[in-house]
Amino acid sequence: MAASFWEIRDQAAERWQDLAAGETPWIRVGTALCGQAAGAEQVADVIQQELEKQGLKARVSRVGCLGLCFAEPMVDVLLPGRARVVYGNVGLDQVPELVASHIGRGQPVAEMVVGCLGDEIGDDLPDLQQHPMKVREQRIALRNAGHIDPLDIYQYIARGGYEALNRALTEMTPAEALEEVNTSGLRGRGGAAFPAGTKWRFLAGSNAPDKYILCNCEEGDPGAFNDKGILESDPGTVVEGIILAGYATGANHGYIFIRHGHDGPIDRARAAVAQAYELGLLGEDILGTDFTFDLEVALTGDSYVSGEETALMEAIEGSRAMPRYRPPFPAQVGVFGKPTNINNVKTMAYVPEIIARGGEWYAGIGHEQSTGTAILCLSGTLNYTGMVELPMGINLTEVLQDVAGGVPGGKQLSFIQTGGPLGGVLSAAATDLVLDFDIFRAAGAILGSGGIIAADEDTCVVDLTRVLIAFCQYESCGKCFPCRMGMSHMLEVLERICRLEGTPDDLALMRNIGENMQAGSLCGHGQLGFNPVASALRYFPEQFEAHIVDKRCPTGRCQVPHFSPRLSRR
Amino acid sequence: MDGLKQRIEKAVHCQPQTTVTILSSLLAVEDELGYIPREAVEEVAAFNRATINDVWAVVSFYPNFRTVPPCEHKVEICWGPSCHLVGAMPVVAAVLEAAGLEDEGDTPDGRLTVRYNTCLGACALAPVMSVDHQLVGRVTPQKGSALVSEVLESQEERAE
Repeated sequence: MAASFWEIRDQAAERWQDLAAGETPWIRVGTALCGQAAGAEQVADVIQQELEKQGLKARVSRVGCLGLCFAEPMVDVLLPGRARVVYGNVGLDQVPELVASHIGRGQPVAEMVVGCLGDEIGDDLPDLQQHPMKVREQRIALRNAGHIDPLDIYQYIARGGYEALNRALTEMTPAEALEEVNTSGLRGRGGAAFPAGTKWRFLAGSNAPDKYILCNCEEGDPGAFNDKGILESDPGTVVEGIILAGYATGANHGYIFIRHGHDGPIDRARAAVAQAYELGLLGEDILGTDFTFDLEVALTGDSYVSGEETALMEAIEGSRAMPRYRPPFPAQVGVFGKPTNINNVKTMAYVPEIIARGGEWYAGIGHEQSTGTAILCLSGTLNYTGMVELPMGINLTEVLQDVAGGVPGGKQLSFIQTGGPLGGVLSAAATDLVLDFDIFRAAGAILGSGGIIAADEDTCVVDLTRVLIAFCQYESCGKCFPCRMGMSHMLEVLERICRLEGTPDDLALMRNIGENMQAGSLCGHGQLGFNPVASALRYFPEQFEAHIVDKRCPTGRCQVPHFSPRLSRR
Repeated sequence: MDGLKQRIEKAVHCQPQTTVTILSSLLAVEDELGYIPREAVEEVAAFNRATINDVWAVVSFYPNFRTVPPCEHKVEICWGPSCHLVGAMPVVAAVLEAAGLEDEGDTPDGRLTVRYNTCLGACALAPVMSVDHQLVGRVTPQKGSALVSEVLESQEERAE
């Protein structure tokens, strides 16, 4: 029999103690996608070389994302008994001085410091928790992101990982575990915000011998990177969440579904799964109980629609990612014809904490029917871009002005685009609403996956609408012709309007196409496909008028030559 | 070095994961060769007890699959909304010009592929491009153009 959970836990605690409170300095470099894009891998390599060159000893770990992506590459240094010092925008040429001063002489390089973490922060350096992006954060799903090495399961366990699984397996019946999730009010973070507990009940109610849990990390939404961010930063919480979902619903098989080519999330998810098998946290008789669960990572090719639940099943089965008819619903007939439950990465990432701390605790956070937190990806024209986890109920204007630091260059915010390309736009004047799935929906927007793209006054809303529809056209899977043809036609019309060749009839034409798409498409891609145009028309009718009637683009953006893929699915 | 047929067989037959499908087999070939030759379509069909048609349906659906050998280098540029808003289009134009292309595709000499990507996943550091799978954030037209020249020069040196 494998070691008991508490033996593993003790080992993990010992290792963590050695890392976090041992004699050797510990350097952590953020190497999630954001870090990589800023050159963090090279920074980590150069740190290693400098340590050798200067004859200094330190451990270097590649960790995930602390959330302040705008300040990548970020390097944080922990000296024994001192506060953790987090540096931002670290250039390769600054590394020698950083290593010599901080590791060599114990002197932090003050001008590069973003903030410090820990109890021993002196007066001379800022507290990272007071940073505008951090001060209102409440991290549940992101609790370990940026703190642990995602390739080391012991670090996850040392910070409380797998305690929830152990507790569920030894102290709770599957029904009790499910009830905690139900009590928590957790709603799906993939887009539809459907209550996870209700969804799990559908699957738990099936007596079939083989049932599946799918975890969706397809995340093709431009402007959303939190699923990949979580998998890269803390794959353990996702793996544990999936196993717990399996236990609560009586399923024994699971898949984590990621797009081929996103090597960071793929490698880290695979490592987390392999290590969980090694420690007896996956496989047969988990932790000495009679519960068995198998989990693997499945890859898809480039396809946005493969993030739709039934198309995802087609891709796992190895076919074209095209949606299926419903009914039958996945809980009856899902992947490989077996009852199946699908949740998004973010949804799964909450589950361990919900089981560990109780559904009541989670339900106490948030706003009305939107319990817990929102994991937002802030991008576009904002000062602080990155990934934040805020309790539901915070006002969106405050998120944009305070948390994200407003628009750079003293410019005005014009609109935001939320919930992926199908979510549409919200004018700046309409952002006075609180983070809440239902309030967003009532305002005609989708909180969905949490992507928020901000656009300043220099942005042309017609031009951006064209880009959104170009995306939707490129990604239409082609199964339902109202979507396949409709997207192409709508794009033609929008391109014509951007060339200032549109006619007043074009708006009615697009409405007509949009209505047909909504009525005649199997999945949300076609059903919601008119959203970007409809919302832009609702908030900015005068912009369209300027292009169509006055034959001018007020921002001039439509005159910039644009490129979009000509190739589509054959 | 193994011949094409051996490399395809090895990729298709030695997949480490439990669930093996047409798609997973094709992705394994793509990882090995960088493209899906006709021989691979046949092998994947035989291995998965499927028809050539079944396999071709999958190849033709996912735009990451190409059916001709890859160029030596690959540059991807994001044209998604986050990147578009902060200046992706001038970057695309500069990269295309540096590559001597008018639109996405391969250079005639087979040295460089330029592809548009809908989202490379580092939106907070937009505009984003990738050079031989290495992400580069906050890229400007000048930077994009320089990166293309750099990869093209590195290959010239090797050829000499």
